[in-house]
Amino acid sequence: MKKVGGLSDIILKTEGVGVTYQESIVALKNVSLNVPTAKLTAILGPSGCGKTTLLKVIAGLIEPTKGKVIVGGKEIIGPGPDRALVFQDFALLPWATVLQNVAFGLRARGVPKKEREETSLHYIRQVGLLGFEDKYPHQLSGGMRQRTGLARALTINSDILLMDEPFSAVDEQMRRKLQEDLLKLLKIESKTVIFVTHSIEEAVYLADQVVILSGRPGSIADIVYPEIDRLGEVDLIRRQPGYIELVDEIWSSLKRYVE
Amino acid sequence: MSDSQNLASIPENSEINSSKVGTKVSLFLWRLFSFFLAFSIWELAGRADISIAFPPFSEVAVAFVSMIYSGEFTVAYADSLPPLLTGLCITIIGGVFIGISIGLARSAEWFVMPLLIIFQTAPVSALIPMLTYIYGISDTAKVVAIVILGMPLVALNSYKGIQATNPSLLEMSKSFLASRVDTILFVILPSAQKMIFAGLRLGVSGAFIGIVLAELLITPTGIGDLITYNRFIARYDKMFATIVSILAIAGLTLSLMSIFEDWLFPSEKHK
Ligand SMILES: Nc1ncnc2c1ncn2[C@@H]1O[C@H](COP(=O)(O)OP(=O)(O)OP(=O)(O)O)[C@@H](O)[C@H]1O
Ligand SMILES: [Mg+2]
Repeated sequence: MKKVGGLSDIILKTEGVGVTYQESIVALKNVSLNVPTAKLTAILGPSGCGKTTLLKVIAGLIEPTKGKVIVGGKEIIGPGPDRALVFQDFALLPWATVLQNVAFGLRARGVPKKEREETSLHYIRQVGLLGFEDKYPHQLSGGMRQRTGLARALTINSDILLMDEPFSAVDEQMRRKLQEDLLKLLKIESKTVIFVTHSIEEAVYLADQVVILSGRPGSIADIVYPEIDRLGEVDLIRRQPGYIELVDEIWSSLKRYVE
Repeated sequence: MSDSQNLASIPENSEINSSKVGTKVSLFLWRLFSFFLAFSIWELAGRADISIAFPPFSEVAVAFVSMIYSGEFTVAYADSLPPLLTGLCITIIGGVFIGISIGLARSAEWFVMPLLIIFQTAPVSALIPMLTYIYGISDTAKVVAIVILGMPLVALNSYKGIQATNPSLLEMSKSFLASRVDTILFVILPSAQKMIFAGLRLGVSGAFIGIVLAELLITPTGIGDLITYNRFIARYDKMFATIVSILAIAGLTLSLMSIFEDWLFPSEKHK
């Protein structure tokens, strides 16, 4: 594996980001990270190591105690139209239908009702929820809720998509389907994706760059660049030489943080 | 979670409707039955000669009807309803407004919260006789009594509802760049709705207690006077009929409020 990976332009970077909760809980320490444009970056690490915290710092929801986040050359001061977040706990409005939930971001931007419903339905179809647009979150399975959150993030068409364990609440078949859909989607719409995952396989399969965080306080333990050819059939990716080796390599680097 | 139940009860639209009508009818029958049971027990207890101050249900019912026709209720309620309505309006509008404002503006919290908690926990009804010194024997005293007993409950629950908004939803709203106004309208208020209405129900009950106490303790007019007077002349059937009438009006008001809530937030019916 090449270390620098010859990855293109950097759209987003974090510089020495540190987060301390309640003046004593150090969640993140000195995280400096480059995120290349139109590529997938996976954040991998043991539970509680600060993955969600890092993603929320990038989203502009948590102000880092130290360091900064730079997007397109400018330091961020909060959430922006250039970044959309898919929440780990879905964060759906329980009193609103799937359609209303998906349209939330557009509504906040003042998009007229007809237009925002059209756009929302388009993404509802893309995540495979057509027919469920009038259901309420409590009538959906965990995976369907997650896909609602994904559709909501897609509607606002931001360049950077931040996803917190986007496929954790779905079964294996659905997970594979959604992974493939994501790769297909990224071939059509050029987006930069940063996603958090627990799954080494998922990281290697999807990502161009895998950032491995150490146990708490989370700091970067290693970065690997799976050079997997994703141009061909998605089915073939898992059978490429080097796939299994890379999974093993990452596991051996992660193992010491998992007691 | 009640998710699984709800999932199970959402097969086809036609089935939903017929089963919903079915449950409504059986709910109505159950209520009717429980009224019937309560009145029967009352009737038996009244006939058991425990005390002449406790007439059986049938006598009270007769007195109730006679008082409607004699105009005794009309006269009494003409005195009681205007201050009651004024007090209710102030309680509801003021309470919701104060509660929401404090909930939204953190800076006001330290100033108003202690007051509200004192009002909620102290035996406020003990203050009511004191109102005479301030407002004399007047409608104002009644209105103040209602507001003192009702408004803290409304305000406190509205405040709690606002505060209980799921922080994750607030983050979501922020990350999708919703304005403060949009966040309040589309996230905070819908999420506080249940608590606000629970507070309104408590507050309205408090308001009814307020008017009766005021008329019993300060201003012997209207409905309170009707109770006192009939007790004085030992017409216990009429006394109880009067009490039943105010309970019925309170119950009616509460039912109207829940109809209003359903109308305002129809989506809650799906839950
Ligand atoms: N609001 C908060 N206040 C205090 N501590 C917090 C807060 N949020 C997170 N933490 C702590 O910071 C650490 C990192 O949390 P974070 O949610 O970022 O972990 P994570 O890597 O996303 O975990 P998981 O894989 O289980 O989702 C945890 O130890 C957690 O207890
Ligand atoms: Mg997390």
